[in-house]
Amino acid sequence: MSFALEQSPTTGDEVISNYTINFGPQHPAAHGVLRMVMELDGEIIERIDCHVGLLHRGTEKLIEHKTYLQALPYFDRLDYCSPLAMEHSYVLAIEKLLNLEVPLRGQYLRVLFAELTRICNHMLNMGSHVMDVGAMTPNLWLFEIREDCLNFFERASGARMHSAWFRPGGVHQDVPEKLLVDIGEWLDTRLPRLFDDAMSLVIDNRIFKQRNVDIAVVSKEDALAWGFSGPMIRAAGIPWDLRKSQPYDVYDRMDFEIPVGTRSDCYDRFMVRVEEVRQSARIMKQCLAEMPSGPVASDDRKVVPPKRAEMKQSMESLIHHFKLYTEGFHVPAGEVYVATESPKGEFGVYLVSDGSNKPYRCKIRPTAFSHLQAMDFMCKGHMLPDATAILGAIDVVFGECDR
Amino acid sequence: MSKVLHSAPRISSDEGVVARLSAALGQRLVSAHEAHGEVILTVTRGEIENVLRTLRDDHEYQQLMEIAGADYPDRAERFEVVYMLLSVTKNHRLLVKVRAAEDTPVPTVTTLWPNAGWLEREVFDMYGVIFDGNPDLRRILTDYGFEGHPFRKDFPLTGYVELRYSIEQERVVYEPVKLNQDLRQFDFMSPWEGAEYVLPGDEKAEAPKP
Repeated sequence: MSFALEQSPTTGDEVISNYTINFGPQHPAAHGVLRMVMELDGEIIERIDCHVGLLHRGTEKLIEHKTYLQALPYFDRLDYCSPLAMEHSYVLAIEKLLNLEVPLRGQYLRVLFAELTRICNHMLNMGSHVMDVGAMTPNLWLFEIREDCLNFFERASGARMHSAWFRPGGVHQDVPEKLLVDIGEWLDTRLPRLFDDAMSLVIDNRIFKQRNVDIAVVSKEDALAWGFSGPMIRAAGIPWDLRKSQPYDVYDRMDFEIPVGTRSDCYDRFMVRVEEVRQSARIMKQCLAEMPSGPVASDDRKVVPPKRAEMKQSMESLIHHFKLYTEGFHVPAGEVYVATESPKGEFGVYLVSDGSNKPYRCKIRPTAFSHLQAMDFMCKGHMLPDATAILGAIDVVFGECDR
Repeated sequence: MSKVLHSAPRISSDEGVVARLSAALGQRLVSAHEAHGEVILTVTRGEIENVLRTLRDDHEYQQLMEIAGADYPDRAERFEVVYMLLSVTKNHRLLVKVRAAEDTPVPTVTTLWPNAGWLEREVFDMYGVIFDGNPDLRRILTDYGFEGHPFRKDFPLTGYVELRYSIEQERVVYEPVKLNQDLRQFDFMSPWEGAEYVLPGDEKAEAPKP
C-alpha cells in the first residue's frame, strides 16, 4: 500500500492525489488468488489492473502429455466448485470427434448431475456474495445445501468434489436406485425449505439491496462486446442459454425457463442465479421422472472399457481393458470447439487431435477470463466496497481462470 | 459427414455458410473447410482485423468467445491463432484461423472487441505470438519475470526453473530444475501399430523394409 498525499501550506485547500492499493492476492473477498492493483481517488475507483495467473498450473500443457482418459481429472480441478460441468465440455468434445453415441440413460444421468452441480455451485457463489456484502447466516444455510449435493456426488462417484464421473461415452458407473429416490425426496422437501429460508433473508433485505442495486450496470451491447456469458449476459437482459439454444445431451427434452434481468446490475445477477437454482431443480425432477433404464455408457469397447466383472470372464474384455488403460483410445484427427453452459457461463474446450492417443492441443475457455477483464470498466466510478460486490456477482474461481 | 451420433451441442446448420462467407471474404480467405461439424476459415494474417470486422458487422457474429494458440513446429509459420466467434442471433459458431511465425506480428482485434486484450495477452504469453497494436501486451498467466513461452512444443513439461523458499535468504528463490529421476513419458504404442522405435532386446532384428 502506498500513500502519496501532497503537503499543502494552508488548511482548506489540500490537494488529494490518487493513490494505489493492492487488493489481494490474499484477500477473503478476492475469491481466490486475485491481485487487483486499484487506483483510487479517495474511495472512488479510477482504474483496476487485475493480475491473474497466480494459480496457473499449466493444465493445458499437462493434458497434452496425457491420454484422453488420464486428462479427464484435470477438468475437475479447474473450477473446483462445479467439477462435473467442466468434465461435461471435455467429454462432449471427445465424443464429437469420435462421433460416439451415448445411451439415453447416460445422457439423463449427465444432465441430472450437471444440474446438481449447478445448484452446488450457485450455493457457494450466492453464499459468498452475500457474505462479501456483510451477511453471515444465509451463507451457513446455503452451505447446508451444498453439503447435501456433495454427499450425492459421493454416493454416485465415490468422491465429494473431484468425481471424474463423466467419461467419454457416458458416465463411469450407474447410480444406486436409492440415490435417485433420495435426490427426488431432497428436491421436494429439503432443498426448497432451506433455499427459500435463506433467500427470504436476503432478497428483500435493505442492506443487501443498497449494496447491489445499480452497481456495475452493463448494457446489452457491452455485455456482447466483452464476451459475457451465463448469468452475466442473462442479467443484461439477453435470454442466451446454451442449454436452450445449443442443446446437448437431453437438454432439448427438458422443459425449463431462462431467467433474465432487467437492470443488469449486481442484484439482477444474483436474482438470475436464484431463479436458475429453481429451474435446475425443475430439470432434475424431469430427469428423475423420465429416466429410462439401460446402459449408462456406450458399448463401443474401443473407447469405453468393459466392467471389471466382465473382464474376469472374457479374454476379449481383458484385452480391451488392458489396452484402454495403458495406450488409451485413439481419436480421429481434427479439431472441435465444444462449449457448454457451466454454472458460471460458457465453458469451452477447443480440442485438436492428431489421430494419436493424446490430445495435440486442448485449449480451455474459462468463463472468468472475459468477466474478470471487464472488472476495470464495471468498477470505474464505483466505491471501493462495491468492488467486492461486483466480484462476487461475477462468480470467479481461480482454478478455472488461471488453469 | 456421416450421421451425427454424438450428443454435443447442436447449433444451426452449417449448410451454405462456407459458400456465403467465401463469397463475402473473397481474396482474404486462404481456405475454408468443414469437418466434425465445425466450420473453419483460414484467412491471411494481415487481413484478420478486417475479416473479423466483416464477420461481426455484416454476418452477425457478435461475440468473440476465445482466442486459442497452437504450435506446429514442423511448419514454416509454426503458430496458429484461432478465433472462436459466436453469433447469438443466428445461433452459430465459427472458427477463424491465421498462421504466424515468431517474428510475424498478427494485427490486434482489440479495436473490435475489448475482451480480445487478455485473450491476445494469453496467446502472447504462452506462445510468443506478437499482436501488433495491442495496447497492453504484457504476460498474463506466468510469473512476474518469467522467461520463455511455456506452451510451445519445444518447451519441456518440467520447465527450466523451480521455486523454493530459502530460509537463509528469507525469500523465495529460483533454481534450475533438478530431477532425481528423468521425467518418463510412456507412449504405450504398439510396435504393430506404428510405433517407430526399436523395442528393447529387439535390436538385432532385421530392420523393417521400407
